[in-house]
This record gives sequence, C-alpha cells and structure tokens, in this order.
Amino acid sequence: MKNEKVTIAGAGIVIGLIAVLLVFFGNPANMGFCIACFVRDTAGALGLHSAAAVQYIRPEIIGLVLGSCIIALATKEFKPRGGSAPFTRFILGVFVAIGCLMFLGCPFRMILRIAGGDLNAVLGLVGFALGILAGVFFLKRGYTLKRSYKMPKAEGFLFPAVEILFLILLAAAPSFIHFTEAGGGPGAMHAAVLISLAAGLIVGALAQKTRLCMVGGVRDVILFGEWKLLLGFLAILISALLGNVILTAVTGTPYIHFGFAGQPVAHTDALWNILGMLLAGFGCVLLGGCPLRQLVLAGEGNTDSAVAVLGILVGAAFAHNFGLASSGEGPTMNGKVAVIVGILVITLIAAANTKKEG
Amino acid sequence: MKTIDARGLSCPEPVILTRNAMTSKEKSYEILVDNVTAKENVSRFASHQGYRVTVTEKDEDYLLRLEK
Repeated sequence: MKNEKVTIAGAGIVIGLIAVLLVFFGNPANMGFCIACFVRDTAGALGLHSAAAVQYIRPEIIGLVLGSCIIALATKEFKPRGGSAPFTRFILGVFVAIGCLMFLGCPFRMILRIAGGDLNAVLGLVGFALGILAGVFFLKRGYTLKRSYKMPKAEGFLFPAVEILFLILLAAAPSFIHFTEAGGGPGAMHAAVLISLAAGLIVGALAQKTRLCMVGGVRDVILFGEWKLLLGFLAILISALLGNVILTAVTGTPYIHFGFAGQPVAHTDALWNILGMLLAGFGCVLLGGCPLRQLVLAGEGNTDSAVAVLGILVGAAFAHNFGLASSGEGPTMNGKVAVIVGILVITLIAAANTKKEG
Repeated sequence: MKTIDARGLSCPEPVILTRNAMTSKEKSYEILVDNVTAKENVSRFASHQGYRVTVTEKDEDYLLRLEK
C-alpha cells in the first residue's frame, strides 16, 4: 500500500512539471491543463459555440483519452461498460461545465492556478471542498446512479475513435473547423500539436494507472481518512509551484505571482469563484470523479463517462452561447443565475437518487 | 458470511457498501466487484480495517474474500 502512495506522488510530480512546461511551450498562463477550458475550446472549434477567442481542438484532450485507452488495453483493464443513468450523467456534466466556467477552470486548473500564485483559486478550492461535502452528505445516505453493465467491445471503442477523428480534423483543418486567429484570445495560445498530444498521452496514461482524481482526493479523506488520491493532488500542486519558480528563474519571465488582482484568465469575484467550484465539486462527486477522471474512464471504455464528457461539451457550448461564462472582468448575471439553478438541479438529482433508508 | 454485489457501481460506492456492511462486525465478507479500481479500493480499505484479503477472478469479475 505504501508503494501505491509513492507511485501516485511520483506521477503527480511528473504531471505538475508537464503542465508547467505546456505553458512554457505556448499554452495560456496557469493552463497547462484545464479539462473544462479545453473541452470548451474544442466545442468552439466544432462550431458548437461562436466565441471566437476560444476555438481550438485541444490535442491534450485527445491524448488524455488515448493515453488512458492504450494503457487500459495493455493491462487488460479496457472493459466497455455503460447504462448507469446516462442522461442524469449528461445533465451533471452540463452543470459541472457551467460551474467550472463561472470559476474559469476545472479542478485540475484550480490546482495549477494556485501553483501560479492565483489566490482567487484558493477561494475556488474552498467552494470545491464545500461542494464535495454536499456530495458526501448524499453518498453517505445511499446516493447511487445504480449499476453499469457490460457493453459490446465496439461501444467502448467509439469514444476513443471520436478522439482520433478530432485529431484528423485538427491536422486537416477543413474550413468548417474554427480556430481562434493569432492574438485573438486564449484559443490561439497553445503548444505545438505534437507537444500537446504527447503531454496528453503521458498524463492520460499516468492518470489511468494511478486513478488520479481531483475530487476523489478530498472526498476519500472526508469519507474514509484515505489520503492516496489527495497525495496525487498535492504532488501536482507542489511540483507545478516549483516548476513555475524554476521557469521564472531560468527565463526571467514571471510564471508565478501571488495575489488576487491581475491573474491570467481569472476574475476576483470571491463569492462566485466559491459558488462556481461548489457546483463543480458537488456535480463531480455525483458523477464519481472529476472531469479528468471522466476522460480517463471514457478511454477505458466507460461510456457513462463518455456521456458525462458530452455533457461537459454541451454545457461549455451553452456557457458561451448564453453568456454564462465569466471573463477576466468577472461573472455575468446570466452565469450567476445558471450557477444557482445548477446547484438547485444537482441537489434535486442527488436527493432523487438517494435511497430512503435508515 | 455476508456477500455484497458491488459490480458496476461508481466510485466510491463499493467501499461505502463494504464499510456499511462491516457495522455488523462479522468474521468474513465476500465482495464482488467488476473493475480493478474497485478491487484496489475495497482491498485497501479492508486491510486498513484489519481484514486479510484474498482475491479470486471469477469470469470477468473479482471476488474479494475478507477475513479477520
């Protein structure tokens, strides 16, 4: 069991450094990885929303799914499964995306933002923990989305196949795929395709092997006093922090600065940073894992997780089509309404799927 | 001997079911899971609780026998 902890801490250190390097190679600041942002960019590239600043098929997402898929196949863990309340998972995915885009980052980017000195993300972490507590409240009382079942092999391969299609679309760049023009916003800021893809593959493989999950870390400590997953989370934080310090020293460009104001792709509205991540954390506990974990599980052939990712994709598109996503200026009125509605809907979903037993 | 079928359940439900079952303080339990993550999680939890865990593969599932 000790071994497991060493492995996940080691993986976390590698993942944190890869995330920092992605920023060095061109990704937006504190955004080596952000599942919500990258799925949102992909939604934009596909024309599902028309926010010109955030349109790009992010190879990291493709790599995460395929990296997990390859390792799962190699270790005989690729097992197509599905049928555990798929539409509920879709709706949860939609609201997780809306919560993340209120805060401007998924739980993974929240860690990277803290590692970049962004103190708004510490408030995000407070909200995230509160959301997890809410989820744990229902889990303890018997919350379940019921069983998944064995599915045909082909069903499990479809989602990884879609990711390969995305890779082809990225390489071929047909006119119907949208890319943010140079200087036009975060969508134009990215590492070279092969670097992003390789980073995704490595992190996807490591996350599959170690079961890394941002929401699982806090959840398991609260529920069972089990620190394994949180150790991965902390290792990423520490290694990204050190990576940022080293990069700053080596390049002379600041990769880290502590404070609330002027943080990259972030806003300073404390209440809505908290509530956005509360919604995301709550929704992720009900899904059984954070957005990164959903991608990894989808790579292992879990089509319930693939449906959750589709929910995140659609939720991210809605977030921009309906003006719900925050910007550097702060949250929008529409976004605030959507987050409140989301917390209510998710609470209802949690209550409706909780057994009434003693 | 109590038997729990935790196949197909999302994280962390197999561990929660195991923990709830342990309130009856029996000498042994059998937990059936269908994926490696759940196998690891239940094994880890059970050994923390002082149980010896033996795993047998059964078709595509894993049968975990916990004994004190």
